[in-house]
Amino acid sequence: MISQSPVLIIIIPLMFAFITLIFGWWKKNLCYPIVLIALFLSFLASLNTLNTVIASGTIHYRLGGWSPPWGIEYVVDYLNAFVLVIISFVALTVGVYSKRSVEQELPEKIVFFYVMFLLQVTGLLGIVITGDAFNLYVFLEIASLAGYALITIGEDGAPFASFNYVIFGTIGACFYLLGVGYLYIVTGSLNMADLSNILPGLYGSKVVLVAFAFFLVGISIKMALFPLHVWLPDAYTYAPSSVSALLAPLMTKVGAYILIRIMYTVFKPYFAIEMLPIASILTWMAVAAILYGAAMALAQVDLKRMLVYILVSEVGYITLGVGLGNRVALTGAILHILNDAFMMLSLFLIVGAIMYKYGTRNISQLRHIHKKMPFTMAVFVLSGLSVIGIPPTCGFFSKWYLILGAIKANGWVFVAVLLISSLLNAILFFRVIENTYLEPKGELEHDSESFSEVVTIDEVPSSMLVPILVTGAGILILGVMSGKIISAIIQYAVPAYF
Amino acid sequence: MFDFILNKYNYWIYIVLMMIGFYAMIGKKNLVKKIIGMNIFQTAIILFFVSTASKKSATLPIIEHSHGHEEHAIQVASYLNPLPHVLMLTAIVVMVSTLGVALAILIKVYRRYNTLEEDEILQFKK
Amino acid sequence: MEEIVSIRPLLAVLVTLVAALLIVFTGEKHRNLREFWTIAASIIKFTIVLSMVPFVLSGKTLEYTIISLTQGVSLQFRVDQFGMFFGVLASALWILTSVYSIGYVRGLNEHAQTRYFFNFALCISATMGIAFAGNLLTLFIFYEILTVATYPLVIHKETEEAIRGGRKYLVYTLTAGVVILFGIIYIYNLTGSLDFKPGGFLLGKGPSNVLVFLFVILILGFGVKAALMPMHEWLPTAMVAPTPVSALLHAVAVVKAGVFGCLRIILYVFGPTLLKELDLWLMLAYFAAFTVIVSGLYALGQDNLKRRLAFSTINNLAIIIMGAALLSPSSITGSIFHIGSHGFMKITLFFVAGAIYVKTHKENISQLDGLGRQMPLTFGAFAIASMGVAGTPPVCGFISKWYLAMGCLEAKEVVFLFVLLISAILDVAYFFPIIFNAFFKSPQEDVKPHFDEAPMKMVVPLMITSIVSLILGIFPNAFFNFFNLASMAAGKILGGV
Repeated sequence: MISQSPVLIIIIPLMFAFITLIFGWWKKNLCYPIVLIALFLSFLASLNTLNTVIASGTIHYRLGGWSPPWGIEYVVDYLNAFVLVIISFVALTVGVYSKRSVEQELPEKIVFFYVMFLLQVTGLLGIVITGDAFNLYVFLEIASLAGYALITIGEDGAPFASFNYVIFGTIGACFYLLGVGYLYIVTGSLNMADLSNILPGLYGSKVVLVAFAFFLVGISIKMALFPLHVWLPDAYTYAPSSVSALLAPLMTKVGAYILIRIMYTVFKPYFAIEMLPIASILTWMAVAAILYGAAMALAQVDLKRMLVYILVSEVGYITLGVGLGNRVALTGAILHILNDAFMMLSLFLIVGAIMYKYGTRNISQLRHIHKKMPFTMAVFVLSGLSVIGIPPTCGFFSKWYLILGAIKANGWVFVAVLLISSLLNAILFFRVIENTYLEPKGELEHDSESFSEVVTIDEVPSSMLVPILVTGAGILILGVMSGKIISAIIQYAVPAYF
Repeated sequence: MFDFILNKYNYWIYIVLMMIGFYAMIGKKNLVKKIIGMNIFQTAIILFFVSTASKKSATLPIIEHSHGHEEHAIQVASYLNPLPHVLMLTAIVVMVSTLGVALAILIKVYRRYNTLEEDEILQFKK
Repeated sequence: MEEIVSIRPLLAVLVTLVAALLIVFTGEKHRNLREFWTIAASIIKFTIVLSMVPFVLSGKTLEYTIISLTQGVSLQFRVDQFGMFFGVLASALWILTSVYSIGYVRGLNEHAQTRYFFNFALCISATMGIAFAGNLLTLFIFYEILTVATYPLVIHKETEEAIRGGRKYLVYTLTAGVVILFGIIYIYNLTGSLDFKPGGFLLGKGPSNVLVFLFVILILGFGVKAALMPMHEWLPTAMVAPTPVSALLHAVAVVKAGVFGCLRIILYVFGPTLLKELDLWLMLAYFAAFTVIVSGLYALGQDNLKRRLAFSTINNLAIIIMGAALLSPSSITGSIFHIGSHGFMKITLFFVAGAIYVKTHKENISQLDGLGRQMPLTFGAFAIASMGVAGTPPVCGFISKWYLAMGCLEAKEVVFLFVLLISAILDVAYFFPIIFNAFFKSPQEDVKPHFDEAPMKMVVPLMITSIVSLILGIFPNAFFNFFNLASMAAGKILGGV
């Protein structure tokens, strides 16, 4: 059983999706426990896989016993295992959180939601775990389709946003498929490890070049890298709270994972860094993403939309780390996959909680909610500090590595952009904090009110509050433990070339 | 030069089809036309893959055994490459599911806005 | 130099963190219990800190590593003489500030008291963290925590003016934080380590122009909190905070942290040898001297008492940096000692301002005529403290100014001696009228003729601090061994190991 954990990570959500469908039709209330069991087992399996990888190195799991390159192989190395744990943890947290939120927002679609949820998680996990390029496409489409469906059931404006996402996402996935196809034509193989062995002799060929170009564009669409991010704001804003809490931390990070795989595993790193200036192009796109995201976020009055633009900015950070092309920057990028997943998770959970209690996301209408939801807002402040990059939260440490990597690469513009974006994020978050915690009053009559009104705490239910608190604690703990995480996992996840 | 076009006619066809589909997806205002464009786009890619599987004077990739016990060495060159076909079966399934989801979304959009023209919907939203 | 592993620095930081959490959970309903946590934590903290003093005085350092943060840098406490000095100062003053705060906040029936005390406790934890930090990264972490924790205190009143003041504070301090971060990462890139060493560790680690650039940006960055001109603007604006916050900010935590950071950079990162090699020390001394004179002049023009005190603070902080920049044994000793003596004196002055406000709601100096008759204890303390700031014996300010002056002579830069003299004259010019008006002018209509002080919880701390200032002036090593710590630190820095 234990040695089957790589495939169990995928099979469990997949099978349970069908079980949920059957049982859900019979009794709606059964959905939630079944989903939780599935996600929890999947999480355990992914932890187990991570342990195995740390203990004994890369796992090669052959589906059906067929050996590669004819059979599909799951290859789990440090990078995979790390992202797998992140995905399953986020899924579990959102799963726990979703009960109340879904009951309120989507009362007649509960079964549908949970089935799609599990399928989405399957897709995401599958993308990360597979070692076969075409298999990745299949899982990518599974995840995307489930995503389209989940977003559609959101609020007004969601179906149209989802439609746009369908169009864009299909283009992205199809470009990826084209890339796989071209590579297959010239190499005859679909297995990633095999490709990375065969391709170096072919780097001069135009076909390989075209394939790489298709990969990049397709992945950039999926990752929402500026300027191909246009589907993201509407889709994630109008989606139901639990859906955006699931998708926002994960989908774009998985896209970033695919980017790292293609650029640095399938194609050897020197292809993208030395042979072609692709890595430098990526860094400049990243700069644009960072600044654009921060600028657009400043203009928003809807809290969720502001967070979505911050997400665009965060994708920029990761891409910057990937593109800078040195070990430190890539360490920062991979660390940021983890940190950003947690930060976005907590922020979107909080927005969902605010939606649950107040039905509004307009920043100017959120006065004094800290009195009624002190814990939620406390975690919000913590997450905001993490996005800004104040130590000892986790966001600071990924910024540390990214800035260090930029200095090592002599990219002074990037250093400046990283530092300035911290300040822009500070403006963003303190604007929200000012609006929610404070209200300009006249000079207070000092002997007046205050204590007479003991405002009762009216927090969200604990099934929603506990995930928020856990992620908040996680942001602090992950920050302090960054050194350990890097020395135990990430430093082996970075390819040996760097 | 002619050689170049004639020999690679399958690629040219797929490119033309793909561009038609791409244009329809982006340039057309009617949502159904966009979906049709998406379909054409994906079909073009499927065509591309399948076309790469063909070989000169090759036959279907089903191994013929004469009856009995003789094991013939399989002459690979006389059979089409089956792998792209198989991959494309998967891709066709994906295409169909995407189509289904897209159409379902369209129904929701229509119910809400009573129109399927993109510019009218955007007007509506303002 | 012996290093002892001891958990005491960590405990000192943690005590108030735990208290902060207890405060939040105790809340407004059980006010007295909440106040108990504050006082108890402050006393326990002071005890822990004092217990470390004997070790440090005998030349050892206390170390504690919590966790490795990145290769070569850990979250680490290392208590050396300089850090011990600051730690003792901060924890001692904090007890008094806590008592004073309780009096002030209750006297004015302030709102949001739990938030106030929570952030108060966080601030002092962060300050202790800064004092005991063993490397630049640990210092930076607690430095930023301090920024974040002081923000709610600055905007406490929640008026338009307060929020604007808070915004300005954030803009200045967060930008400074970003600049400092760049400097720290660059140093890490150059040397792979960020540990403080007496006498600096950057000698020979990089090309000169790079080192000069780094020095400039790090001083500018830390100089924001230290209110060096032209980065000082946030300080007078932050006077919109309640007075105990101003006292905390301006005598104990924020500005002293800024000066502490500056001195760490000057003496423990770059070091006298490197600075002399790069000729940076003289430039820094002139830069600081500029602030000394200009802030003194500004102070003369202020009618609001707290604002005048703010500029006096800026003046004294610049004197501290000027002394450190002169890099001579006496000047460094005087500079470090002045951190402490100024702390006690300035906190007295701010306590007085607060007491006046609570009792009479008066904020401006022109309104203080004759108040000395009504509040003789308060104004007596003011007189002692302001004499000390001007450098008059027997108050402790005299000792720091004496050593600073000696330091100017040792460094053979007589200009700065004149700067000190001018500053002392200006000090008298802007403090004396206050005392004169209070005691010798005929009172205004609403002044009560007889003894009618502010609440005792406020008057007692300010009397204590003024008396301590007096005692420190006569016995510089009383209570805390300030002077020994300062001179030992100076010796280590200049002596090398």
